[in-house]
Amino acid sequence: MLRLTRRTNPSRSLEILAPLVAVALTLVVAAILFVALGKNPADAFAAMFWRPVQDLYGWSELGVKVAPLILCAVGLAIGFRASVWNIGAEGQIVVGAIAASWVALAIGDGGFGLPGWLLPLLAGALGGMAWGAIPALLRTKANANEILVSLMLVYVGGFLLQYVVRGPMRDPMSFGFPQSPMFPDPARLPILLETTRLHLGFALALLAALVAWLFVARSYQGFVFRLSGVAPAAAAYAGFSRSRVIWGSFLISGGLAGLAGAAEVLGPIGQLQPAVSPGYGFAAIIVAFLGRLHPIGIVAAALLMGLFYLGGEIAQLELQLPIAITGVFQGLLLFFLLGADTFVRWRLVLGGTR
Amino acid sequence: MPPLLELVGITKRYPGIVANQDVSLAVQPGEIQALLGENGAGKSTLMKIVYGLVRPDEGEIRWQGEPVVENSPVLARKRGVGMVFQHFTLFETLTVAENIALGLEPADAGRDLEGRIRELSRHYGLAVAPHAPVWSLSVGERQRVEIVRCLLQSPRLLIMDEPTSVLTPQEANGLFATLRRLAAEGCAVLYISHKLEEIQALCHAATVLRAGKVVARCDPTRETARSLAALMIGKAPPEIEHRPAERDGPVVLSVAELSLPPTDPHSTALKGISFSLRAGEILGVAGVAGNGQRELLRALSGEDARAPAGAITLAGRPAGNLGPKRRRALGLAFVPEERLGRGAAPSLSLALNALLTGKRQSLTRAGLIRRGAVERRAAEIVRRFDVRTPGIQAEAGSLSGGNLQKFIVGRELIDGPQLLIAAHPTWGVDVGAATLIREEMLALRDRGGAVLLFSEELDELFLLSDRIAVMFHGMLSPPAPVRQLTPERVGLLMGGAGFEGGAGLAQAH
Ligand SMILES: Nc1ncnc2c1ncn2[C@@H]1O[C@H](COP(=O)(O)OP(=O)(O)O)[C@@H](O)[C@H]1O
Ligand SMILES: [Mg+2]
Repeated sequence: MLRLTRRTNPSRSLEILAPLVAVALTLVVAAILFVALGKNPADAFAAMFWRPVQDLYGWSELGVKVAPLILCAVGLAIGFRASVWNIGAEGQIVVGAIAASWVALAIGDGGFGLPGWLLPLLAGALGGMAWGAIPALLRTKANANEILVSLMLVYVGGFLLQYVVRGPMRDPMSFGFPQSPMFPDPARLPILLETTRLHLGFALALLAALVAWLFVARSYQGFVFRLSGVAPAAAAYAGFSRSRVIWGSFLISGGLAGLAGAAEVLGPIGQLQPAVSPGYGFAAIIVAFLGRLHPIGIVAAALLMGLFYLGGEIAQLELQLPIAITGVFQGLLLFFLLGADTFVRWRLVLGGTR
Repeated sequence: MPPLLELVGITKRYPGIVANQDVSLAVQPGEIQALLGENGAGKSTLMKIVYGLVRPDEGEIRWQGEPVVENSPVLARKRGVGMVFQHFTLFETLTVAENIALGLEPADAGRDLEGRIRELSRHYGLAVAPHAPVWSLSVGERQRVEIVRCLLQSPRLLIMDEPTSVLTPQEANGLFATLRRLAAEGCAVLYISHKLEEIQALCHAATVLRAGKVVARCDPTRETARSLAALMIGKAPPEIEHRPAERDGPVVLSVAELSLPPTDPHSTALKGISFSLRAGEILGVAGVAGNGQRELLRALSGEDARAPAGAITLAGRPAGNLGPKRRRALGLAFVPEERLGRGAAPSLSLALNALLTGKRQSLTRAGLIRRGAVERRAAEIVRRFDVRTPGIQAEAGSLSGGNLQKFIVGRELIDGPQLLIAAHPTWGVDVGAATLIREEMLALRDRGGAVLLFSEELDELFLLSDRIAVMFHGMLSPPAPVRQLTPERVGLLMGGAGFEGGAGLAQAH
């Protein structure tokens, strides 16, 4: 018989090894999957994960994918470390995108002497914060489970988006297509590399990771957040309010997710559409845990997840596989990560009946 | 007949420290054997090895003469080893019965568990309510749950790691009767305690550990408390004598008619509590656990800030509705009952735990932690309070109980507070360390600080306090000078005599 017994002291190196094992197992299962579909796995992997990043353009496209993942994941990780479970980054992305679009269209070209994209970007962050404030409010005032509330709000946000692109924000010249007008040029995010789509959002994502690292590893508030997560009674004893940590976590993660949504519409998309994110907000949860809730780990994990997105698009074009392959990779990775993490805390024991 | 349990040459190393070195001992069926040693001597580690929680690096465990090849808590329990831990292992959100069921074999757990819990606790005088959620229990009550859980498994060897540190004297006596009965039925007991009198009364043999090594075996009934202490620390412990306060300072803390309703069905309401505490005195609060001490402590620390502002005056300012941080700013330092999880975060380093209640101005700059300053503070606490640890980066949870307690007391004392409120500060701490902590409290008082000391040990209260008050059913008797009191008189008040007409009449003299 097989049993799990708790390890007496889980080691740090196992904790870092677990994501690597999970990635390896994901690739193994993916290879089997390709064989079953009649594709040569070596060719498939080369097409999906190697050829896309053979040139500068490929790398820049990876950067475009990675930016929203990093922005969302570093924010979520700050909350997760404090045991505040914001599962609704996807909704905060969407509301951030709506808010940014609204401001971008409302102020037109004029930006009060500021760069035209600045106010829409800030509006996006505020929109994400506002959407994140709802679960925070319900958690602190009514003790409602923030996992459920934030998750449900993803769907509410999705419907809100469907409404605005068909109603108030629809482009009258769009021949009935549900989409907003294109944003004026000044409202579009500056491009970092000529001839590519790599936009300012990528730089902001790296900056966010750096600031998050400073917050987590060096700042007093970061210590308070962590303490509140690992030892709530000690935090209460020292006089740190749990409500403030919950609010802080949701405002930070919601704000960064909103920023990510804003950067998507102001950057590569250029208008508000019925789909602004291919699930970045959910993928970011995987990225946060894969990166061990550490900003540097998150950047690495986001690169991998970005490659899954990029590879999925290529697989569609070159291998005639459905785009769902990206979701399959994500699912496998999450499955194996949770499995590997189990073995970090527990040991498999052979035999020995109860 | 071979001994029930035999340990041969057990060695266990942790990074930077040898917790057990070449330890051998044997336990016969029906024997109550004491394991003695200072905090950090390696007692808990040795017992965890027996219970299969920790793997020894070298050495052999023999059970009834047979070498134990594979060990784990499950296997140890099957053999008949039961263990009551020094730190609690209960889940806060579950009830007493659910917690006990979790520790049992599934087949055992189902059958009228509540009835058996009730019967066992009545039989052994260990009062536990099966339906109470664990978070609502005091430390003493939690300890009892752990003991009941162990006894339910009818063990052949019972390991008790400092079980009485939180029991009232009556409860402890009840437990001793239980242990003697178990021993008479052939169950062996390995007993860890710092209370040397207890060991003399209870144990047939004692093994003394010092810095991980066996330094003596003796018959505790032939030793004195002082000679046992000398064996443990290698020299005779310094003795403290009662020193009365020299002067009366201004009032530092005053509480006026503090009444608070209970927050849950298992906590105690506070009823009209009034007292004041002056600079330069130690006020002792006696009482059997569960009479409102926990609730009063939370109201004083600010963790429960429901009181009207005027009910508590701290350093001349109304403070009843202030949170812990604001009260600290007014000069309050606080040592809580629970050290793991409340007084310290177990998974964080000692350095970060030193930051927990440190002055923010001196330990941070522009919102960032000044690591140098924090580490210096932690190192200073470790040095001054003789905390045995491999270093300040060690996790607080890896320290032995007494060493963590020294760290927490040190952290609260190191900034020289105006007022120290201490709940059981020498709880489970060895003689040497207890002396150190008591001396530091006296030194604070002599420097003009005020100390409010909650303790269940009358000896300690009489040794340190200038005045003593007694808590009973959420009421507090008016404090009386210690020279007008006898332990008998305080004992009567602890039992409720004199409280019938309200606390005001419960005169202690
Ligand atoms: N898990 C651990 N990791 C590192 N050091 C430990 C661990 N457990 C115990 N120690 C160290 O081993 C020594 C013995 O601890 P312990 O057995 O708890 O002492 P005692 O119970 O006698 O007070 C102490 O110095 C303690 O810090
Ligand atoms: Mg111990």
